[in-house]
Amino acid sequence: MASIQLTGLKKTYAGNVEAVKGIDLEIADGEFVVLVGPSGCGKSTLLRMVAGLETITDGTLKIDDRVVNDLEPAERDIAMVFQNYALYPHMTVFGNLAYGLKNRGVKREEIERRVHDAAAMLEIEPFLERKPRKLSGGQRQRVAMGRALVREPSAFLFDEPLSNLDAKLRVQMRVEIKQLQRRLKTTSLYVTHDQLEALTLGDRLVVLNGGSIEQVGTPMEVYEKPASMFVATFIGSPAMNMLPVAYLRERGANGLLDHLAADTDVIGIRPDDLRIEAPDEDHLVVTGTVELFEAAGAESHLYVSLEGSDQPTVIRTSARPPVAEGETMRFHVLPSALHPFNQASGKRTQQGVS
Amino acid sequence: MQTKQMTFPSRWLPYALLAPQVAITLVFFLWPASQALYQSLLRQDAFGLRTTFVGLDNFARLFDDPGYLNAVSATAVFAVGTTLLSMGMALLLAATVNRMLRSRESYTTLLVWPYAIAPAIAGVLWWFIFNPSIGIVPYILEILGYRWNHRTSGSDAMLLVIFAAAWKQISYNFLFFLAGLQSIPQSLIEAAAIDGASPFKRFWTIVFPLLSPTTFFLMVVNVVYAMFDTFGVIHATTQGGPAQATNILVYKVYADGFVGLNLGSSAAQSVILMAIVVVLTVIQFRFIERRVNY
Amino acid sequence: MVENRPWGNLLAHLILIVGVALVIFPVYVAVIASTQGPGEFLRGTLPLLPGGHALENYSAMWQAGLSRVGAPPVGQMLWNSFVMAMAITLGKLSISLLSAFAIVYFRFPFRLVFFWLIFITLMLPVEVRIIPTFQVVADLNMLNSFAGLSIPLIASATATFLFRQFFMTIPEELMEAARVDGAGPLRFFKDILLPLSVTNIAALFVILFIYGWNQYLWPLLITTDPNYYTIVMGIQRMTTAADSDPQWHLIMATVVMAALPPVLVILFMQRLFVKGLTETEK
Ligand SMILES: Nc1ncnc2c1ncn2[C@@H]1O[C@H](COP(=O)(O)OP(=O)(O)OP(=O)(O)O)[C@@H](O)[C@H]1O
Ligand SMILES: [Mg+2]
Repeated sequence: MASIQLTGLKKTYAGNVEAVKGIDLEIADGEFVVLVGPSGCGKSTLLRMVAGLETITDGTLKIDDRVVNDLEPAERDIAMVFQNYALYPHMTVFGNLAYGLKNRGVKREEIERRVHDAAAMLEIEPFLERKPRKLSGGQRQRVAMGRALVREPSAFLFDEPLSNLDAKLRVQMRVEIKQLQRRLKTTSLYVTHDQLEALTLGDRLVVLNGGSIEQVGTPMEVYEKPASMFVATFIGSPAMNMLPVAYLRERGANGLLDHLAADTDVIGIRPDDLRIEAPDEDHLVVTGTVELFEAAGAESHLYVSLEGSDQPTVIRTSARPPVAEGETMRFHVLPSALHPFNQASGKRTQQGVS
Repeated sequence: MQTKQMTFPSRWLPYALLAPQVAITLVFFLWPASQALYQSLLRQDAFGLRTTFVGLDNFARLFDDPGYLNAVSATAVFAVGTTLLSMGMALLLAATVNRMLRSRESYTTLLVWPYAIAPAIAGVLWWFIFNPSIGIVPYILEILGYRWNHRTSGSDAMLLVIFAAAWKQISYNFLFFLAGLQSIPQSLIEAAAIDGASPFKRFWTIVFPLLSPTTFFLMVVNVVYAMFDTFGVIHATTQGGPAQATNILVYKVYADGFVGLNLGSSAAQSVILMAIVVVLTVIQFRFIERRVNY
Repeated sequence: MVENRPWGNLLAHLILIVGVALVIFPVYVAVIASTQGPGEFLRGTLPLLPGGHALENYSAMWQAGLSRVGAPPVGQMLWNSFVMAMAITLGKLSISLLSAFAIVYFRFPFRLVFFWLIFITLMLPVEVRIIPTFQVVADLNMLNSFAGLSIPLIASATATFLFRQFFMTIPEELMEAARVDGAGPLRFFKDILLPLSVTNIAALFVILFIYGWNQYLWPLLITTDPNYYTIVMGIQRMTTAADSDPQWHLIMATVVMAALPPVLVILFMQRLFVKGLTETEK
């Protein structure tokens, strides 16, 4: 077990590509932290710097209060699960799990014991003598996890470990990884570009954009109080709707917008905060025409063009809302559901409304 | 030229890993090659006692030497003959084998093994069946009214070494033609068949043009083979004779330098040969680059 | 495509049978000749059916050789060829695996210089630098030795490039996983890279063994001691005397024995051979 401390961590690739631009982050012992962000934002780079696979251009990296900037990956006492699993194709599953232990000079009986424990935990015991080629994607994924588990490292590093699985298996493995981490209480750093995976897995999320941190917080904090327009639109699906404040003011919502900071010029509204039924409290009302109705099983999405606005707006409703395509109707929003932003800085303008 | 994105951090290890290869290259390749360059500018007197610097005179003399010019033309005839004969046979056999379904493997097996036979041994085999006194082929030719004698007839000797060299190379050409043929999409040929082209016409209008990268590649390889790998064929049979008729360039370098001890001239010949290999290698690699980009 | 042309197929088979016959014919004649007695060749043309002297000829050559023309026993020459071929093959494989590993998995000053240095060997076959190479080997006291027969030939650009190309196709993450698993470069090479290269090594082994076995000019240059004669060049010693003193039955027995090992290698490892041949040329 260990804490991980990143201070001013920077990575500049040849040709002055700044992939990671000074990251400060503390990961507590036993914590599950998820790095999330769009493709190319530097998640993998950051993770691989922690792993020791990528040199650190600037800043310090401490694992358990020990500066590890210049240590080999093997000396950092971490284990990593790769996106394509990187199983050794010519070794059996047993061999794959045992390899790291052998290299560390662990005794034979101890290797046997640990491999069998890990295999039992991941339910891959029947495959121990098979080569990876003869395993399904899900089984390979488990072997890759097993290879990390047997090492009993002080931290797990995951780089999009589920992205090669089909949707159903991905959900299942997600749950298993979460349970496993709860049980082992091993500090974990997990990279994904899938916001749902991030929300469900992490004790804390780190939202990255263009090599910098946009926001750090628990999944709920990040969802409920996105610190920037980027986070607001990146986390949550369908994405948050953005409307100019002026637009809402024109709809006569003045009184309800008074509490917003003066520099607020954009308002974010989550798709499920635009309601069809009017609530009892004071609220805003917008009018729009339903362009498209999309049934998605347990819920439905309405694609609405708001009157007087050219912003397409998405609304999430119950499975069978009483609407039809082409219908023009009113949508109701509580003032507490408004997310105020400043367009120029992209930041949230004030700490919430209650 | 690429490495892996991620490389091992070590200052000395890569040099240690490269050391054996580099040492051998320097000692047995580059140093001798530079010596050849150097010696090509010198001349020794008949007793090997005095060496003088003569500049490019050795080269100039070569191009005035009918013996050398003869070797150049013998090499050209030999290379062209070997390449054409071997590639022609191989293409015919490969195109025919490619039609077969069940017997393809067996025919292939029966055709690939000559690759394993050393050029010198190939030479001896053909030398034997063409032996003017006991060989089987001269016996048949005699009946047909031709007196074969490669001991006295230069053209017979040239034919003999061409046969031997081409025979050994058929396997190689066959395998590459077969691979080339198999990579031609079947659908193209079917389309031509639906358009009513006869098998023969299909071959020349569709298959052969699509095979041209392979053909070109093999042409270069065969010329290289005929020029540089066939020393054994000549040395084990005609030894350049009769009357220099089969004295190809590599054989002449050896005979002049190693046997005749005419070091300056031999070195100059070596340098010219090196230049030829360089040109052929460059052609080959430029071409292969293109092939990779397909 | 299904094509139904009975006569077409017949013609195809005919072409192939004639082709195969032409290819086999010289060897057939050699085998027949090797079974004849010494008298057969004085009577004009060679018979086309086997004679009864096979055992006699082969065992004579195997044990005694042709001392009159200075050819040692075939058994010994075969052994010399085998040692030389193996030394060349293993030498080429090892040094090119190591070089390819260095070039692909390390970044270091002068990397490109080394790459070109290796590449240049392609352009310098023995045939074009005969005398100076001979001088080097003589200066190093390597004439008439297995070291002299093999070491100067084991630089290999082709094998290096083949392995380089193969290593480039190995997923990046495998090396990273090995590093996380505590494997340094040499352990990664031994535990991961070598086992993954087995097929390529085997394919190249076939090609290189044949290359080594068939060396001719080089042994001819640097061996004067019959104890180091290899079989392929040893035959030449016999043929130079053949026109005056035709021992064709014995020469042909030697030819058959010289050709057999590499031919068997190809026949038994045809798939690897084809792979090796087509990949090394890419
Ligand atoms: N070896 C390299 N050399 C130069 N630039 C690189 C290198 N590796 C990555 N980059 C750049 O650094 C940035 C971050 O890359 P990184 O792989 O960390 O992204 P990521 O967030 O993991 O994206 P993805 O979700 O697509 O995996 C990208 O712009 C990428 O192009
Ligand atoms: Mg990534």
